[in-house]
Amino acid sequence: MIKVLFFASIREQLGTDSLSIEFNERWDTVEAFTQFLAAERGGQWAEVLLADNIIKAVNQEVAEGCTVIGDGDEIAFFPPVTGG
Amino acid sequence: MTQVVVQAEDFDVNAELLALRNASRQVGAIASFVGLVRDINEGDQVATMELEHYPGMTEKSIEKIVDEAYQRWQVLGAKVIHRVGKLEPSDQIVFVAVSSMHRGDAFAACEFIMDYLKTQAPFWKREATPEGDRWVEQRDTDHQAAQRWHKS
Repeated sequence: MIKVLFFASIREQLGTDSLSIEFNERWDTVEAFTQFLAAERGGQWAEVLLADNIIKAVNQEVAEGCTVIGDGDEIAFFPPVTGG
Repeated sequence: MTQVVVQAEDFDVNAELLALRNASRQVGAIASFVGLVRDINEGDQVATMELEHYPGMTEKSIEKIVDEAYQRWQVLGAKVIHRVGKLEPSDQIVFVAVSSMHRGDAFAACEFIMDYLKTQAPFWKREATPEGDRWVEQRDTDHQAAQRWHKS
């Protein structure tokens, strides 16, 4: 399984804070997984997930599109951070 | 000695500074920073603010920043507290303190931790204004502040 988390404005726009998805070996990278999720859900999801400034993290570390993912990973999508 | 805490409760600056003071007799300097909720942002009145974070990643990312400060400067101790949940103007949001033998290291490490926390730790602010609620946008000046510390 892949655990997917959404935070802040992304969570609000998608109307959900998390998903559990059966892992598929075709999603070897963050980019491939994002493209899959955007295509599968379509509409607002595609618009939000494919936006330029969205940040992705794998297992709680900021990831690049080429970051490799595997079964059991936690993938998070969130907007630019505004703490402090 | 490093401690990173994310909590809803307020914190006591004096108690935190005292703990750093008492941790080692080598300490000759403590630099600290306290961030507060402002009542005006982008020209609008802010009534309350709600802070969301990514539990687990937040602590890990701040610990990584503090570890880097230890590598760059002579740091004896460090403490970071960041609040989450609902806050009002004048409330304390964030506390960063660094102890060292000398002030130069303490000042630099404290500012470095704060600048990196602003651009890397997964917190998000949502403000309630008379025009309704809105998510706070990231500022370019925060990125510029963090970039000063990039090693060439």
